Amino acid sequence: MNQSLFIMKIIVAIKQVPDRDAQIRIDSAAKWIEESNLQYALNESDAYALEEALQLKERHGGEVIVVSAGPERIGQTIREALAKGADRAIQIDCDDLADRDALGVARLLSAAIRPENPDLILTGLQSEDLGLGQTGVIVAELLGLPHATLILHVEKTETGLTVKRELEEGWFQTIDLPTPAVLTIQSGGNKLRYATLMGIKRAKTKEVRRVTGAELFPPSQSAVPVVTLVQVTLPQKQKSTQILSGSAKEAAAALVEKLKFEVRVL
Amino acid sequence: MSEILVVIELREGRISRISLEAVAAARALLKLVAASVDGVAKTVSAIVTEQIGGPLGEQLGSIGVDKVFVLSHPLLNHYTADGYKLALEQLIQAEQPAYVLFPHTYQVRDYAPALAARFGQVLIGDVVAIGEGPVFTRQLMQGRLSGNYRHSGSGPCFVSVQAGAFRAEAPREGTTTILSFEPEIAAEAIRTRPSAPFRGSSQTVDLGSAQLIVSIGRGIKDAENIPIVQELATALGAELAASRPICDAGWLPMDRQVGSSGQTVSPKLYLAIGISGAIQHLVGIKGSQCIVAINKDPDAPIFEAADYGIVGDLFEVVPALTAAVKAAKS
Repeated sequence: MNQSLFIMKIIVAIKQVPDRDAQIRIDSAAKWIEESNLQYALNESDAYALEEALQLKERHGGEVIVVSAGPERIGQTIREALAKGADRAIQIDCDDLADRDALGVARLLSAAIRPENPDLILTGLQSEDLGLGQTGVIVAELLGLPHATLILHVEKTETGLTVKRELEEGWFQTIDLPTPAVLTIQSGGNKLRYATLMGIKRAKTKEVRRVTGAELFPPSQSAVPVVTLVQVTLPQKQKSTQILSGSAKEAAAALVEKLKFEVRVL
Repeated sequence: MSEILVVIELREGRISRISLEAVAAARALLKLVAASVDGVAKTVSAIVTEQIGGPLGEQLGSIGVDKVFVLSHPLLNHYTADGYKLALEQLIQAEQPAYVLFPHTYQVRDYAPALAARFGQVLIGDVVAIGEGPVFTRQLMQGRLSGNYRHSGSGPCFVSVQAGAFRAEAPREGTTTILSFEPEIAAEAIRTRPSAPFRGSSQTVDLGSAQLIVSIGRGIKDAENIPIVQELATALGAELAASRPICDAGWLPMDRQVGSSGQTVSPKLYLAIGISGAIQHLVGIKGSQCIVAINKDPDAPIFEAADYGIVGDLFEVVPALTAAVKAAKS
């Protein structure tokens, strides 16, 4: 196929997560976090997935569609993705995202993605809030598509894709796979772009199709979660940390004492 | 439904450490469920995907499992998600275990969520503790919170355990039955073609043998601020290292990255500056003799792992520390 004529339809599944500098508090029922007055942001590895999609579109042409599930507030994050260059969006209205397990969320996303028949589905390797790292892999399973995880680079070939996968401890491998396919993107593979003023302006006119979770997956069909988060707690301390207090100078002096006489490295 | 299956990964022909830890987790789980519900799980069995013999056969005999299933098929010689999903699906169908445990490795993360989905199940991933119930504990919010999870429903419960969360047990005497299991895998079912692993660009810095490491994280805010910390590292005679975001941003080369995707370190002193302490970073520094954390956020998870902590602005603390180190050395 002529590369220049090849049009790639890419879906990027993104998640809005609490900003990493936000003050996190456990809610009164100890089931989740207190969501009021929380700052939210685009999940970091999802930002890299979006970047990879935009760069593929710039090289090969095509369309980038973002899909996201969550309450009303995710509209903000979707607009940011559109401002960076995504063409349109599917917003899945769903107020009970935290009550669904990974399979439940993947079912919602798959139901929204399936009718689009994309060539490629990208998502970040894991979310910064729950950190499950499963959504992309389960979406691939539900859609019957091949997948690869922890991907740093995507190259279009005549028959499909060649991707660079990160392994542990500084090792990598390449994987060839046919399209359509699902890839979960590791952070760091590209430099993230900022939205331009023009991009922000244009985002306002781009299509955001709203669909409810219930429309995608009627309550009668939705399976009961098999895995439930029953309690959220503060982590147990692994060690008894000795906090060195006082001014910067006092704390530094106290630490030097420890390094000299306890740790013995000075 | 009386069995706990543990998937074993090999490294250079031996059982990997994290796989031994997964076996230990399975034994801990067995104690919990055997005490509460009669007959839910009685035995622990291991699964390996390579031909065994020689030292591996002996090692498998001594890890305290009742049975070892060897999945043998030419299409399993190299890992693919499709091959592993098919092979394990068939073994799990045949064995009907109560639990399937995995070491939480990059490989497991690649296929176990999809394998669980085939059974209508959800992997409880990256578990750091197992308690009465059983309740499975894993980290939330990059380690700032812990979540307790329960499994319900009738299918097998899939669990992967974090490196270092369970203590691998010493070899023990015992009889282990080794069984071969030959799954049916059609060549066209394998849709991906992986290459052999290769090393990233020149790995010139060996942080693994460094005795003193000063490491920076997002708190440094800008590449321009790195010299402040470099000066401290020089005063201490320490190597400079970083958490992943710093190397992702290109502020330091990739070979200075510490954590699960970078290098694993075991220095006498690991000084973490402006590093919040996500689990991917903490697993790389666990072997440190002394961890010191400097961070403005008193709730940063790095303080859970540190021996000494200073809660404060690194731009004030680090120059003061550099001056104090220089004074102590002169």
